[in-house]
Amino acid sequence: MAARTEALTTRDIVLKDLTKGARTDIKGQGFQILLLLSLLISLLFLVVLLLDIFFNALPVLQERGISDVIEKPVSSLAERAGVSQGIYGSLLLTAFVVVIAFPLGIGAAVYLEEYAADTRFNRFINVNVRNLAGVPSVVFGLLGLALFVKLFSSFTGGRTVLSAGLTLAILVLPLVIITAAEAIRAVPNSIREAGYGVGATKWEVIRSHVLPSAAPGILTGTVLSLSRAIGETAPLLMVGAVSGFFAVQADTVWDRLQSNFTALPVIVYNWARQPSEGFRELVSVAIIVLLVLTLSANAIAIVLRNRYDRKW
Amino acid sequence: MGQAAPPGSSLSLKDLRGSPQRIRRERIVRGLFFGAAALSIVISGAIVLSLFGEALTFLRNVDLGALFEPTGGWFPRRGRFDVFTIITGTLVVSLIAMLVAAPLGLGAALYLSEYAKPRVRKFLKPILEILAGVPSVVMGYFALTWIAPNLIDSVCAAPKAFNLGAAGIAVGLLITPLVASVAEDSFRSVPMALREASYGMGARQRTTVTSIVFPAAVSGVVASLILGLSRAIGETMVVAIAAGATGGSLFTLDPCGPGQTMTAAMTSLAIGSDQVRGSEGTFESLFFVGLVLFFITLMLNLLSERFVRRVRQRY
Repeated sequence: MAARTEALTTRDIVLKDLTKGARTDIKGQGFQILLLLSLLISLLFLVVLLLDIFFNALPVLQERGISDVIEKPVSSLAERAGVSQGIYGSLLLTAFVVVIAFPLGIGAAVYLEEYAADTRFNRFINVNVRNLAGVPSVVFGLLGLALFVKLFSSFTGGRTVLSAGLTLAILVLPLVIITAAEAIRAVPNSIREAGYGVGATKWEVIRSHVLPSAAPGILTGTVLSLSRAIGETAPLLMVGAVSGFFAVQADTVWDRLQSNFTALPVIVYNWARQPSEGFRELVSVAIIVLLVLTLSANAIAIVLRNRYDRKW
Repeated sequence: MGQAAPPGSSLSLKDLRGSPQRIRRERIVRGLFFGAAALSIVISGAIVLSLFGEALTFLRNVDLGALFEPTGGWFPRRGRFDVFTIITGTLVVSLIAMLVAAPLGLGAALYLSEYAKPRVRKFLKPILEILAGVPSVVMGYFALTWIAPNLIDSVCAAPKAFNLGAAGIAVGLLITPLVASVAEDSFRSVPMALREASYGMGARQRTTVTSIVFPAAVSGVVASLILGLSRAIGETMVVAIAAGATGGSLFTLDPCGPGQTMTAAMTSLAIGSDQVRGSEGTFESLFFVGLVLFFITLMLNLLSERFVRRVRQRY
């Protein structure tokens, strides 16, 4: 009987010791909250940014409606100015990225992942691509200025859609290569071996097995680089985007490519620097249009990645 | 075995060689892919050549003493090219940016990798990635219209509408997702066994995180910070919009006042109806600044690459 009480008390002592108040890790919880806070602060800024822009845009949205701003061309009067040429220019520039950067980037990624032996030259290409991805976008603008605007001016026509489109395509190329290479690397070898097993050649294996399996990942990367191309401003300023009003007289597609250009982010930049109150409000409407384009592209990329994030 | 194959059905070397058409197609395809990959080297070469070419013209035409004349400031259209003015401007902005991005980015990375439950992580991480997708012009506008009046005005004694501080904070927000993503990758690559060993010794989670996970991933943390710094130095539009000082700037260290960075100096040279004109050497100075910027970011990128590789080698 006595022994039993003693056993109970020992149990109680241990239990008490284990569940004592001092055991709750206050410092640890504080640390965790601090970490969470640093994450939440960044997200809070995102929310504040979106709200700030929305409330700045509200007067114009109520007065003119967003469709009016989208349809009107650039003007020196805030009440009549719109972003139609900017949207048109941005879409035209995006087309260059799709037509030039996507095939070249995916092709380069296929070479690096499927063909390239581990030679010094191929390692150099790899390092080079990663460094290109880190080169500031203004520097790409300078390249466009020296190469397309000055050197090849007889072909591009100087400060034109063509020059800007080529510059943007070169700018996003490393990003496309890196994301596509990652997607191709994630395809397991057994998939390739299955192809070789039935007598397919290398290219046949790549076309029918590797690329389809890597397609979701490649698509994610391309959509991300599209979003980057739409939001990029500095290289366009370097290559000479038009800041004021301009008219395009073009009969053929080629003439159109050789004409002046502006783009949505360039318009945002110009209006943001205008001192007048009218443009201060109008610029936030232009920003909303720009954000809808870039952030929806980003969101699509994230959803694609989460949906197709296959573990082999 | 010993029987001869019936005539007509014997295999010759030609049958085993495969269709020449297929072989040719293989070669062509391989050549095309190689061409695409080699193009990246052509691009790098073109960047270096075009920068060097014009920068050399600039250095030849400009009195070298003018490059280091602190009292002169950076007014390229008036022939004043004190490089230190814009390099200091860049340093002020990137330092402020790192003060914002390092704690926010590393904190967010540690939380996402060590504390967040999978469901929370799946929800929070995409939002952080959305922040990375905000174009830098938009962030510049935000710096000018919200950060400067609301944050800088409460800190500075005599705040100006355009200032380096607001630009720095906005650049910091812009690179936070990058720092967070690279750092999180390196935290997650620390093997579970190390954490379990720590728990096995009776360590708490905070102890495990601060003295096991963080030190083990320190190379990746350094890489993320260097990469962020490199991005901050190259960031253009935020500074061009929010830091003011279009046209030029005197030497300044004051984050409450306007100033100019290397990147902003380049855009302000390139914009306007008169494009790049002004005194002699104005156009070429653009390329000289570009060359300096290119080499600074190149060095930082190569450095961060080394640190990333160290993480990969260890685990």
